[in-house]
Amino acid sequence: MYWNEELECLPLEKLREIQLQRLKDTVKKAYEKVPYYRRKFDEIGVTPDDIKTLNDIIHIPFTSKADLREVYPFGMFAVPLNEIVEIHMSSGTTGKPVVAGYTLQDIEIWGEVMARCLTMAGATKSDIVQVAYGYGLFTGGFGVHYGARKIGAMIVPASAGNTRRQIEIMRDFGTTILTCTPSYALYMAEVAQEMGIEPTTLKLKAGCFGAEMWTEAMRTEIERRFNLSAFNIYGLTEIIGPGVAHECTEKKGLHVFEDHFLVEVIDPDTGDPLPDGKRGELVLTTITREGMPMLRFRTRDITSIIRDKCPCGRTFLRIERIRGRTDDMIKVRGVMIFPYQIEKAILEVQGVEPHYQIIITRPQHLDEIEVMVEMSKETFSDEIKHLENLKKKLERRIEEITGIRVKVTLVEPKSLPRSEGKAKRIIDKRSLSE
Amino acid sequence: MKIKQLSIFLENKRGRLYEALKALADAEINIRALSIADTSEFGILRMIVTDPEKGKEILEKNEFTVKLTNVIAMAVKDKPGGLAEALKHLYDNNVNIEYIYAFVEKSGEQAVVVLRTENLDKTIALLQEKNIKLLTWNDVLTL
Repeated sequence: MYWNEELECLPLEKLREIQLQRLKDTVKKAYEKVPYYRRKFDEIGVTPDDIKTLNDIIHIPFTSKADLREVYPFGMFAVPLNEIVEIHMSSGTTGKPVVAGYTLQDIEIWGEVMARCLTMAGATKSDIVQVAYGYGLFTGGFGVHYGARKIGAMIVPASAGNTRRQIEIMRDFGTTILTCTPSYALYMAEVAQEMGIEPTTLKLKAGCFGAEMWTEAMRTEIERRFNLSAFNIYGLTEIIGPGVAHECTEKKGLHVFEDHFLVEVIDPDTGDPLPDGKRGELVLTTITREGMPMLRFRTRDITSIIRDKCPCGRTFLRIERIRGRTDDMIKVRGVMIFPYQIEKAILEVQGVEPHYQIIITRPQHLDEIEVMVEMSKETFSDEIKHLENLKKKLERRIEEITGIRVKVTLVEPKSLPRSEGKAKRIIDKRSLSE
Repeated sequence: MKIKQLSIFLENKRGRLYEALKALADAEINIRALSIADTSEFGILRMIVTDPEKGKEILEKNEFTVKLTNVIAMAVKDKPGGLAEALKHLYDNNVNIEYIYAFVEKSGEQAVVVLRTENLDKTIALLQEKNIKLLTWNDVLTL
């Protein structure tokens, strides 16, 4: 099912033509209207006229979260303030928040891309869409709302929280599509059970889950608990909010709405573009946004590009599920490794969602990694040789995947710290003063 | 003829053994026999207790990783060569022992040996051939 078949299935040649025109216009406007961009262009001697093909995008300087903080609050706006009709903001947990401004046209586009997302998950005018993403400065709630309104579905703007009421509403209204973070969905399943409501008896048929990193194992769990089809949605405040990319029913990667956003994947260390299929940092450029054009924004999200033709018929390229954040990247003995690689190794060997912690030390000028893995009921054996075998298998698989030799230590269940939000996976004890 | 043994994963961390034993004591579960196998990083506590199912439940509630494992308990004469004789028969028949530990019963006449092998059924048959007394669960409870 398509929301906008003509655009979602555009012949590639035509798509590239539209993209180039839109990129040229965006760069020109950014250069003329946003002093911050102009200064950065001038510093390296690039002008909008240097953009002659889509590949020329590599001449444009990157924009980082730090750049956006520097111009807080409105320094990236490319239109007069009275043209801005709505403001959103990303949480400022690591510094000043980032402000995003939308014109009426931007809100229109946001609704369009979100309508495409919801339609991919099977939403129609006859559906009841419960929006359990937060409404407010966070983009989640409003983004889904605008998309569902475009489709003409019945919107239940529940926002996040008040879980018991959420579940009663789902039961009493017969909600068919749930949108929230995947961890909140799992929490709702637990609460429903506590309330004596079996989640599979709800009328839910699909869900769009995102705004945080999650895994295939979580998808299976959500689908099983609710008996629904779970889709992965991607987006970020700096670019537009939710609606940058979404999975089609193939569920093999997320289609990026390329008529509005340009996709690159780069080596986070060198900034050089990486070939398709190779994992690196996702870089996005908006090509239709009026209020706040974003040129080569470094998302810090790790993914790779899938350019093979998708059986669903859409011509937009896909990105694989977000694999981590560049902030989580660790360099050990000169090799880049990510927690997800270690997670994958443990998952393969143990067969269960692992709890682990990575500790990096430098005892004698050489980095050493210790991976603490919690013992699970399933893998515990009362014979030493089996446990030592398990430890060796884990060490071998982690070395195969990361290329780094590590020491695995088996620890008791629940002995590693848990946190409400992001688990603290890495403890770097190397002294950097050396 | 198989006896249920409680096996517990222990990190080599201060107080963990005490915490496990305390949890059992609070539930009034008595320990008949105990052994610890340890490596530099972790250990496995193996115990024969009066109520293994309840013991498992209590320990799991206290966040321990626990498993019930089948073992054999045999009675051998408390004199030199008593155990060697029994083991020779297993050795001659290619049965490998995974682990073994022993304790002397209250009367002091016989020693009780707990063992786990790679093939418990075959071990039971072999030991019975040699007329070695294997303890039933009731025997264990009255020790």
